[in-house]
Amino acid sequence: MLEIKNLHATVSGKEILKGINLTVNAGEVHAIMGPNGSGKSTLSYVISGKDGYEVTEGQILYNGIDLTEMEPEIRAAEGVFLAFQYPVEIPGVPNVTFLKEAVNAVRRHRGEDELDAMQFVKMIKAKTEELGIAKDMLKRAVNVGFSGGEKKRNEILQMAVLNPKLAVLDETDSGLDIDALKIVSDGVNQLRSDERAILVITHYQRLLDHIVPDFVHVLAHGRIQRSGGKELAFELEEKGYAEYGVAAE
Amino acid sequence: MVMQMNATQPFVDQFDDVQSRLPGAKLPWLEAFRKAGIEKFSTIGVPTIKTEAWKYTRLPNIDCKEFRSANWEDGQVAVKSVAEFLSDTLNQIRLVYVNGIIRPDLSNLTNLPDGISFEPLTQALENDPEFIESQLSTEELKYDQGFSALNAAMMESGTVFRVAKGVQVKEPIEIVCMNGGTDAPIIRHPHNVFVLEAGSQATLVMRHAGIATGAYFNNAVTEIVVGDGAILKHYTLQTDCMEAIHLSTVNVRVGKDATYETFNFAIGGRLSRTETRVRLEGRGAHCNLSGAYMMRGREHCDNITIVDHLVPDTTAREVFKGVLDDEARGVFQGKLIVHKDAQRTNGHQLSRALLLSDRAEMDAKPELEIYADDVKCSHGATTGQIDENALFYLRSRGVPEALARNLLIQSFIAEALEEISDEKVREAITSLVVDWLPAECFLADEWVQA
Repeated sequence: MLEIKNLHATVSGKEILKGINLTVNAGEVHAIMGPNGSGKSTLSYVISGKDGYEVTEGQILYNGIDLTEMEPEIRAAEGVFLAFQYPVEIPGVPNVTFLKEAVNAVRRHRGEDELDAMQFVKMIKAKTEELGIAKDMLKRAVNVGFSGGEKKRNEILQMAVLNPKLAVLDETDSGLDIDALKIVSDGVNQLRSDERAILVITHYQRLLDHIVPDFVHVLAHGRIQRSGGKELAFELEEKGYAEYGVAAE
Repeated sequence: MVMQMNATQPFVDQFDDVQSRLPGAKLPWLEAFRKAGIEKFSTIGVPTIKTEAWKYTRLPNIDCKEFRSANWEDGQVAVKSVAEFLSDTLNQIRLVYVNGIIRPDLSNLTNLPDGISFEPLTQALENDPEFIESQLSTEELKYDQGFSALNAAMMESGTVFRVAKGVQVKEPIEIVCMNGGTDAPIIRHPHNVFVLEAGSQATLVMRHAGIATGAYFNNAVTEIVVGDGAILKHYTLQTDCMEAIHLSTVNVRVGKDATYETFNFAIGGRLSRTETRVRLEGRGAHCNLSGAYMMRGREHCDNITIVDHLVPDTTAREVFKGVLDDEARGVFQGKLIVHKDAQRTNGHQLSRALLLSDRAEMDAKPELEIYADDVKCSHGATTGQIDENALFYLRSRGVPEALARNLLIQSFIAEALEEISDEKVREAITSLVVDWLPAECFLADEWVQA
């Protein structure tokens, strides 16, 4: 589903990604682990198409099509989803309005009929119940005044309603206590399926206790340094990133 | 100085020309009022950027001789009907003016409730000149603004609205002023008098719109008295055309436990300037002076507020939000003056502008002048651009860029619209916001209720 080939990317003229190669198939969960400054978040922004992240070499093939020339909204409509490390607050826009516009924009792109207000409310209520999300979160402005846990749950809700094929979770565990971490992880696990690929980006192993990956990759200095199974995460937890030339923090 | 004289003289000449044909020309007290006005105007002159209240607003480079006074024929410009503004409104009570001339064929007073008098100034000068005299005599020639003094001299149209003691009207009443479509650009000087007696309540919507493209000059003064315990909601929609000059000065006196709420929504005009001066004269007096403006091209919008807290326990709230595109300019100058005895004053003032273009400009000057010691006052002013992170967040969820921008603009303005307590008016203005937005965007009724 996702095939990243020799990916180089710069931010403000500085090269952050220096030749990434990664293949993720449908149904798989991959974890990318790495220390601060290794390029983890850059990789997630490059996949989702944020301005200011320039691909200088290489390709990101998604079902055989190169994503790098696509607008972010087209990538989203094609089924790419990024769960943000820091979800953005948008005052004045009710969460439910935002979700409806997003869902209908994606449906339009896919040639499906838009949902009217009634159909949408019915769908969103079912999803919130499935994910154990309080209804008042829908009425409030997008992420405004949300706790860290609520913001991350809101990301998972968006993922659930947009039904992506490829989900990238950027540091989803940051800012969460154990209980919130469990709720968010349960949400992600509900969304695991044979048709969907998930890329979990994290600094710490603890998230991977809840979202158990099929593969683990170590990212440092803008390159994948090592790949392995889930046991690689435990090794990193124990030894740190020192052997990849990164000083302990 | 020479330039100022040159700009001022044509207006004085015009007064000399039309003086004898102005309404109420046979009333000696009015004649004296007009004379005092033109003398004051001659002394003060047309404002320049050296005039503090006009620091950021330059009168467009116009030759005032280009603007002639309106006559009866200008009022007969073909207008078949007035577009409805409020939804679900049958038999909307309204006075409609075309180029300052009352148009009975477009107006509707059939359901005017008892205890309300609502008529053109010209008519009031015939029916009840003593009342107008009593109101004007309390007005200055305190005018320190040149254009207000010019209005005193030249007033030829406007509306008199009186609500008797204790009379409460829920449904909004409209004043519609349509301008333009004349053979040459015209200048008008409407003078409005609104008096709400003690315990009364009313909602007034003033709509200003251009009939056709082309220049016209509107120099309005509105004198408002909100009696003890009364509530006036006064909403202004300024949808003048791009070449119009719209100057408005609103002087308000608010009594004990009375409320004056105003919202000024502007989406047009080469120059649109509203100066609102409120005197909170009785304990418990409250005012909310808010507004929103959306300007593009070379439009210019200027909101000036001056609030005098004269006695203890008065409150004022101001929220202004503006969106400026292309080379548009916005100005906000707000002043809260807390006088020596006005303890426990609560004042809040906020100006926020969103610039959509590098060439757009905003000047904001919030000011507090406090002479009492037990007060709560805050003010703030910000100018910013579309939040790129918010834009990317929306786009990463599939929302196309144009739509995402519109959503962010709409939500920015929506915060100011919350100041409008009349729901019907708020809804109607929300639709105008949506109409202004470029390209594809949300419809107001698509905002979903969970």
